[in-house]
Amino acid sequence: MVRTDVQLMLDVKSGDEASFELLLHRYRSPLVNFLYRMVRNREQAEDLAQEVFIRVYRARAEYVPSAKFTTWLFRIATNLALNSLRDNRYQKLEDSIDAPARIDSEDGDDRPLDVAEQHPNIEQHLVEEARVKMIRHAIDKLPEKQRAAVLLHKYEELDYAEIAKILSCSESALKSLLFRAYEALRVELAPLVAHTKQ
Amino acid sequence: MSCEKMESRILGYIDGRLKESERLDVEKHLAACSPCRLRVSEFRAVSGLLDELPTIEPSEAFNARVHALVAAEPVKQSWWAWLSFSPRIALVASMLLIAALWMGYERQAVPPMDMAQVDAQMLQDLPVLEDHDVLSNFEPLKELPPPVQQADDDSSDTNM
Repeated sequence: MVRTDVQLMLDVKSGDEASFELLLHRYRSPLVNFLYRMVRNREQAEDLAQEVFIRVYRARAEYVPSAKFTTWLFRIATNLALNSLRDNRYQKLEDSIDAPARIDSEDGDDRPLDVAEQHPNIEQHLVEEARVKMIRHAIDKLPEKQRAAVLLHKYEELDYAEIAKILSCSESALKSLLFRAYEALRVELAPLVAHTKQ
Repeated sequence: MSCEKMESRILGYIDGRLKESERLDVEKHLAACSPCRLRVSEFRAVSGLLDELPTIEPSEAFNARVHALVAAEPVKQSWWAWLSFSPRIALVASMLLIAALWMGYERQAVPPMDMAQVDAQMLQDLPVLEDHDVLSNFEPLKELPPPVQQADDDSSDTNM
């Protein structure tokens, strides 16, 4: 039987290190992706995700399952990401004007642009890259709290009540926040929206 | 339903997270409001575009780094956890607790004092108390001659 997150955390609390390993395995990818989309730097995203896990581990003795585990986990992650962005310590200019042209790959490893890529249709590939870059840029342009709300809603599929708790706001305020974020994305992505509109 | 009300429901409608009654309200509004229909269509397109963003995999060193951080954590255990990991101490502590409880019970088990017995004891002691009272107020004893020491001093003065 698959143990719930709360059960795993309670087992960690009682000294079961293997349960912490399971939580790490279950949430490392969602956390790293969420943080990467928040801070736009892979190395920083991994550092922050590690910090989230170590904070969870440190808090094990005092853990009380008063809310969903994901609410607690992503609340820690969101606060760390927002603090990091505000501190502006790790912000880097991803595309330096001095650097050679690079494919801004989503896996964070910027590779030099190689025409002999193994894509059968390089033109199509470049169009897709440009499209992804535009979407990413539109998300980056959102105010931090709106960005966090969109990421938690869209990619982590958390419910409104959870996201509201994570962002310390009411559910109605969250719905308004998400509406404004989608409005901003609709305007920013207008050329793509026009093509994909059903 | 108004267009303003749609703002709080449009994403829930797109995600299929609305209650049945709310969904029917939204659809009723959409049937009569072309700007909101357009907005729903465009929000759906935005949601689809967000799906195109690829995911990344954490690096291979990620877990190892978390393990290293966990290993570097100072061992911090609560008082109870400490007891749970020291069975001998837990045994001794529980035995002491049982002993303390037993002694407390034994003290409580002493029968209440018998008042008749207390009165009898007091009556038995009464003569002693009365004797003390008589002696302390006995007039002849108050008129005793001065202390012997003073008499000796007087005699030495006359010899000089």
